[in-house]
Amino acid sequence: MLKEEDKIFKNLYGFDDWSLDSAKKRGIWSNTKEIIEKGSDFIVEEIKSSQLRGRGGAGFPAGLKWSFMPKDSGKPQYLVVNADESEPGTCKDREIIRNDPHLLLEGCLIAGFAMHANACYIYIRGEYYSEASNLQKAIDEAYQNNLIGRNACGTNWNYDIYLHRGAGAYICGEETALLESLEGKKGQPRLKPPFPAGAGLYGCPTTVTNVETIAVAPTIIRRGASWFSGLGRENNTGSKIFSISGHVNNPCNVEEEMGIGLKELIENHAGGVIGGWDNLLAVIPGGASVPLLPKSICDTVKMDFDSLKEVQSGLGTAAVIVMNKSTDIVDAICRLSHFYKHESCGQCTPCREGTGWMFRMMEKMVKGSAQVNDIDKLLDVTKQIEGHTICALGDAAAWPIQGLMRHFRPEVEKRIKEYQLGEVA
Amino acid sequence: MKHPGMINKVFNLPDEIFDWSQDNFERASEIIKKYPNSRQQSAVIPLLDLAQRQNSGWLSKTAIEKVAETLSMSYIRVLEVATFYSMFNLEPVGENFVQICRTTPCWLRGSDKLVEVAKEVSNTKLGETSDDKKFTIVEVECLGACCNAPMVQINDDYYEDLDEHSFKKLLTNLKQSKETKKGSQIGRQTSHPQREDNA
Repeated sequence: MLKEEDKIFKNLYGFDDWSLDSAKKRGIWSNTKEIIEKGSDFIVEEIKSSQLRGRGGAGFPAGLKWSFMPKDSGKPQYLVVNADESEPGTCKDREIIRNDPHLLLEGCLIAGFAMHANACYIYIRGEYYSEASNLQKAIDEAYQNNLIGRNACGTNWNYDIYLHRGAGAYICGEETALLESLEGKKGQPRLKPPFPAGAGLYGCPTTVTNVETIAVAPTIIRRGASWFSGLGRENNTGSKIFSISGHVNNPCNVEEEMGIGLKELIENHAGGVIGGWDNLLAVIPGGASVPLLPKSICDTVKMDFDSLKEVQSGLGTAAVIVMNKSTDIVDAICRLSHFYKHESCGQCTPCREGTGWMFRMMEKMVKGSAQVNDIDKLLDVTKQIEGHTICALGDAAAWPIQGLMRHFRPEVEKRIKEYQLGEVA
Repeated sequence: MKHPGMINKVFNLPDEIFDWSQDNFERASEIIKKYPNSRQQSAVIPLLDLAQRQNSGWLSKTAIEKVAETLSMSYIRVLEVATFYSMFNLEPVGENFVQICRTTPCWLRGSDKLVEVAKEVSNTKLGETSDDKKFTIVEVECLGACCNAPMVQINDDYYEDLDEHSFKKLLTNLKQSKETKKGSQIGRQTSHPQREDNA
């Protein structure tokens, strides 16, 4: 278990106040100027050697991403923080934003400096109204105390942070769709290349990063890369906020060490599965997009990027959705198919048409009114969508269905046969 | 089911007019300053949001035209944005815009039952506004409070850790225009594991 002293998020639950005075007591903004004076190369190297991987879902090495930003492009450069948290199961960034906004803001300043940015936009999902309100007040406090803005923290460097509220679109969590949205357009992903580090917001070099990735940066610099990389294991280092939801006794967000056992995580922090561990049916370990895992794998699997990849799933955003034996597993996945149908931006044909088709087929699977050979047809369609769209939403819509059929195909077949028998009778 | 944010037609009520209030005109000017010169299009989402707030929770055709004029954008570019994002309602909504999360994490913890309660208390169907204009009831996709499921959003506020009883009480209070308690309905601190019934 992660020791209390190793926790980065000291105010995850908001027992303490979120305002500047309390944040300072927790050590935030304490020696920001010194950190910045060590230089951008130092910061990027520290993040690189900490082996921090992005916390938004893809798990891309953070230091490497930051190092893609040009040193002198002659254009304005931007850091854009992705706070459009919409992946079903995920509610970790919300807690950071509303309970510890200064931790995020300090991260914005340090990361922005490291990547030679002049300004930062924080794109928060529109539904997070009171969270945005806390964050805006924190930004105002930081300006009033010269922590950001002109001569930020007394470093002779100017850096503005702006908050931008979205208006309800899952796809805006995709980095280029987010940039389109921030430019005042429909949130439809852009083709890559060019990558945002070359041409992002307003055509200028931009890095888009998840809230949690940015918020952990100051602590990593303060305590040293080796402290962070000492947690977890090689290439899967550090601590991470896990959101545990669904059929557990105490659903919660909790910061834990990477690589913690899934069973240990659920039993130690979330009060166990409702009805006991043996009542477990399946777990979606990393937010709606990743394939589910049946109980046999959940018994032993460890929660980190590489361990979950080995069992054909993924850590994603570390949103653990637990389903016990009372769950209609086909309907659970069908609801996710509805979600992706609803959230497809409509730009690429395979996704726009495919998500609707998959949802309708999944509805038939729930009732059992499909044919047994429709299962292979459905899997074939998922393969035709996967990898054939501009962004990963198509893949995200395909994977839950593939996971379902990989582990629960007999259940689906049984339902179809029962339905057919019922029709004959 | 029809969500007023998911339709693509705009219209005006008879005699509908829209112009910024003095306060909102000033707010709009402040918002535009957040973005670089000549990039004021970036303010389209915040300005549509502002217009919707001023217009009792929905965007009429004239409101969308006003935003286009304010930002010197063509009407179609603003219309595209207004129809794309689900938070922009293109039809009038009731005093309490009740959005019930239906995605898997909330469904696992009983969001179906909340839908039934909402229909009963408001005496209306999903996607419709009650006769007394007190409620519009819709189902929505994940609102990002999954550790506090099931949950609903009513206007700007989240109500979390609901069950049939607490939700019924909540809606009844809203119907009678009484004060309501926001956030967790079982008295727990945000998404902390400890709750009153197991403290």
